[in-house]
Amino acid sequence: MIIFDNVSYLYHNNKDNNLFSLKNINIDIHNGDFIAVIGANGSGKSTFAKHINGLLLPQEGDVIVNNMNTKDTDKIWEIRKKVGMVFQNPDNQLVATTIEDDIAFGLENVGIDESEMKERVEWALDLVGMLEMRNCEPHLLSGGQKQKVVIAGALAMHTSYLVLDEPTSMLDPKGRREILDTIKKLNRDEKITIIYITHFMSEAAEFNKIIVLKRGEIALTGTPQKIFLQSDEQLKQLNLELPPTTMLARMLSQKGIKIPPNILNKEEMVEKLCLLI
Amino acid sequence: MLINLKNVSYTYNLNMPFETDALKSINLKIKRGEFVGIIGHTGCGKTTLLQMFNGLLEPTEGKVFIDGVDIHQNKAKLKEIRKIVGLTFQYPENQLFEETVFKEIAFGPKNTGIKDINQLERRVRKAMKMVEMDYSMYKDKSPFSLSGGEMRRVAIASILAIEPDVIILDEPTASLDPQNRKKLLKLIKDLHISFQKTIILVSHNMEVVAELSQRIIVMENGRIVMDDTPKAIFRDNVERLETIGLSLPQITYIMHKLKTMGRPVDSGVLTLEEAESEIINLINKRR
Repeated sequence: MIIFDNVSYLYHNNKDNNLFSLKNINIDIHNGDFIAVIGANGSGKSTFAKHINGLLLPQEGDVIVNNMNTKDTDKIWEIRKKVGMVFQNPDNQLVATTIEDDIAFGLENVGIDESEMKERVEWALDLVGMLEMRNCEPHLLSGGQKQKVVIAGALAMHTSYLVLDEPTSMLDPKGRREILDTIKKLNRDEKITIIYITHFMSEAAEFNKIIVLKRGEIALTGTPQKIFLQSDEQLKQLNLELPPTTMLARMLSQKGIKIPPNILNKEEMVEKLCLLI
Repeated sequence: MLINLKNVSYTYNLNMPFETDALKSINLKIKRGEFVGIIGHTGCGKTTLLQMFNGLLEPTEGKVFIDGVDIHQNKAKLKEIRKIVGLTFQYPENQLFEETVFKEIAFGPKNTGIKDINQLERRVRKAMKMVEMDYSMYKDKSPFSLSGGEMRRVAIASILAIEPDVIILDEPTASLDPQNRKKLLKLIKDLHISFQKTIILVSHNMEVVAELSQRIIVMENGRIVMDDTPKAIFRDNVERLETIGLSLPQITYIMHKLKTMGRPVDSGVLTLEEAESEIINLINKRR
């Protein structure tokens, strides 16, 4: 479990006013959660993510990962093994000349012996569907494949939590789909807890729970069905928009068509519309 | 013809072991005032193609004409070409480097030979007005103290200040939140309609491309495989687009599915408003 206990963090900017990046954050993330974090640019999403593995330390409050405090310098490496991070640009996270070397690199760094290393590399690449390409050079992969290798690198460390900060913002539609399908599978089959930062509302709609940040504070949490039932005014306040499908459902329902106003996915929309036309 | 590519090919690492063809026999004409969207999977050659439009890369074969001029016949002309074709890269805010917003935006026009400070100021003011940033409020600020959305607008203003006829935007809304994205899309529309710029937009966001473009070019493995209106592209090529690794805008997908299930809808619908009226009409007919 990850506990944010009254966490605050502020960046000092060049003027006198201090900007809170996180303010009194209290939240429990349970094992197996599948959470999207959304909010405006500058609302604190990335700062939040960097607190989970101790890349940033709270100025007030504590972050506890599996009963270990991120401020405890003896525990920080243990925490970083448990919390894998995936960022926007996979090219910044791939270092080796072949895919399997890249996965092995992280394991070698923490002193895993060779036979176990081999086992873990195969296991991790298999989980993300990249085992067949193990001898490929990373630069020959598509963006989505590269991100999957980065994810495999985290898995090989036996990570329990994956924190992904806009991992699809540079990917084409197919790459985006591959990443979402991969983390869904990891959550379902391997019980890996997923914390996923995104600006794509249609991606957020696929998670079990959404955390909405606004100016460093948690403005709202709940299921996508609940979040996307907010009024137009409330959504604007939070700097959110509806996924196109949900927007269409809302527009139709406002025109008196008998359709739930918070339909989240396009398949369900097709199903509901087929009953009417 | 504003942009005219004749049989253009480009090979990276020519005559080397890692030789790769990025563009293969591209023939493409873009007229003044067009709004062209370019889509394709990662690595299909989109970015290489963009770099052809303003002479950043020289084709290994073929010719590039801008405003009728063969731009690689005489290298000295490239500076002139860049006054006509302005290119903004992905994450253009990473290229900001000056101390103030004013200096940042003035850098381009200064480089094209404008020395007179009044003239420079006019250019900066005009560009900032186009991106809706208040001149006196922002001109002395450090670009690095701005928010992500503001930095991106400064980066675009620095291209606009050169007053190019063509603006090329590579994934301009990546990493922007919904409100900033809306603002930027409105700005791009304005550049096209009010300021009559020719726009070339590359994006992985099918909603954005479908909504803004008049014409869409689909690339695959270094070739142009489709070139048509958004309606025609997204209506007639669903399976083909999926094999290329692209997708339909969500709304178009819904209409397409309804059609395959025998419902009499127009599957070329691109916008929410079109879909809404199409669906309501059908339901009313059935009542």
